[in-house]
Amino acid sequence: MTTPSHTITDSSTMLRRNLRHALRYPSLTLIVAGMPIVFLLLFVYVFGGTLGAGLGGPEGGRAEYVEYLAPGLLVLAVAAAAQGTAISVAMDMTQGIIARFRTMSIARAAVLAGHVGGAVVQTMVGLALVLGAALLVGFRPDAGPGEWLAAIGLLALVSLALSSLSTAMGLATKTVEAASNAPMPLLLLPFFGSGFVPTESMPAGLRWFAEHQPFTPVIETLRGLLTGTAIGSSGVVAVAWCLAFSVVGYLWARANYERRPAR
Amino acid sequence: MTTAISVTGLRRSFGDQVVLDGLDLTVAAGSVFALLGPNGSGKTTTVDVLSTLTPPDAGEVRVAGHDVVGDPRSVRAAIAVTGQSTAVDDLLTGAENLRLVADLLHLDRRTGRARAADLLERFDLVEAAATPPSTYSGGMRRKLDLAMGLMGDPRIVFLDEPTTGLDPRSRRAVWDVVRGLVAGGVTVLLTTQYLEEADQLADRIGVLDGGRLVAEGTAAELKRQIPGGSLRLQFADRPALDEAARLLRTASVDVEALALDVPSDGSARALRNLLAVLDDAAVDVADLTVHQPDLDDVFLALTGRSPDAEVSTP
Repeated sequence: MTTPSHTITDSSTMLRRNLRHALRYPSLTLIVAGMPIVFLLLFVYVFGGTLGAGLGGPEGGRAEYVEYLAPGLLVLAVAAAAQGTAISVAMDMTQGIIARFRTMSIARAAVLAGHVGGAVVQTMVGLALVLGAALLVGFRPDAGPGEWLAAIGLLALVSLALSSLSTAMGLATKTVEAASNAPMPLLLLPFFGSGFVPTESMPAGLRWFAEHQPFTPVIETLRGLLTGTAIGSSGVVAVAWCLAFSVVGYLWARANYERRPAR
Repeated sequence: MTTAISVTGLRRSFGDQVVLDGLDLTVAAGSVFALLGPNGSGKTTTVDVLSTLTPPDAGEVRVAGHDVVGDPRSVRAAIAVTGQSTAVDDLLTGAENLRLVADLLHLDRRTGRARAADLLERFDLVEAAATPPSTYSGGMRRKLDLAMGLMGDPRIVFLDEPTTGLDPRSRRAVWDVVRGLVAGGVTVLLTTQYLEEADQLADRIGVLDGGRLVAEGTAAELKRQIPGGSLRLQFADRPALDEAARLLRTASVDVEALALDVPSDGSARALRNLLAVLDDAAVDVADLTVHQPDLDDVFLALTGRSPDAEVSTP
């Protein structure tokens, strides 16, 4: 019998399994944090002086750019983590143990829930590292406790959305290599949005895309919470996108899990 | 006699390749049934359907009294499966693997621990329990895999080529496990390419070819189904051979080996008659061997090819 309580117990068993994997093999978490940190250093110290001057704020230059960049980079880190999730899901599916789970009387959604939950926890740990690095290079958020909570909540929601989506990608692809390529568009989207430069500086067509793609409202909301810029309607739009991605990701993942060949 | 597994008219295709083509199968509770067949004959697909991994296209499949399509959960609760690829988590230790299964079975802590300890002991894995299976030998991995399956105290166990790729010692260890299961009243369905394995373990053997059973019975029954037993008589010298050949007209002569092959059912009576004929003519027989058809012969006779012949797998 599948009772809701069994689904929860099984999901938490699977979550423990995924967290144990992450703890025992922390390299994936470090890779998740490593790429955004390299980008942080690259953009702040190599491009930061020039880009900051272009922002035209009161301080100008590198310090100005760190404030602008950090929120976008945190979102990029979530997208980078999604790539790791797709890879580890695809790798897990090549393990014989998945066939065992399928022949046991357990909630089918539990395997997926374990992956998504584990990925969210792993991403949040990675984000703490990226945030630490940003603080070290001069990021000075002016958020109060409530705004911090909202920012963490938003990042967790984005992570849930992208983890669901990347879990589905990891299930949909046939090889681990393909799984690592599938989330590439997610990694590029912050660049084609307000992650690194304001959308106003882009040519008309690109600007329209940048302002209407899902990452921009997320980044704008996070920027507003952490550095006090205007949020406007971005918050609502960001949450709506995240919920939509989560639902689509979950349904896609479940369909793929059911459809995958047995072995 | 109660029935553990019953399959009627099972069909399953992948694309336009027909893998199971109207399979009928009945396995009595508490017995060992071996599905014998070459690669690509549908053994693994049969196990996949019986263990709810693959839905059938047509036919009725009941396992432990439950329909695999209508009530897969009840089927899953009664079975354990060990596939060709070992179903263990390589990133957890042996003990953690067993604990994972215990949690998924919702065993309480004490029961889970006791069963895990018992199985580790039984399968000689106590020392290996603290290390991940990636460091194990093939035989140890297979044993851990089996142990994980047995945590749930299953009534029916499916073993898909349980000893393929194992060294002879590990193979024997797996055989002992299977015998132990049967002693405990468990029903076992195993697939194998090894005739010796089927002969050693199974109460009944089904020969699978082209997605259907071409023969079924005990090893002895199967061997009896085909004629072709013979007696081989060995002689000391050429004159004796020639004399015996003259007396026994149905024999085929092997001059090089100084031997005669006489078709015979190998019964004591046939043997006595034959020796009496030679005795009357004072022909000395140096050596006599009875050749019963083995499962290799059975296989060849039933399917028209040797069981080792490679057939492309899907």
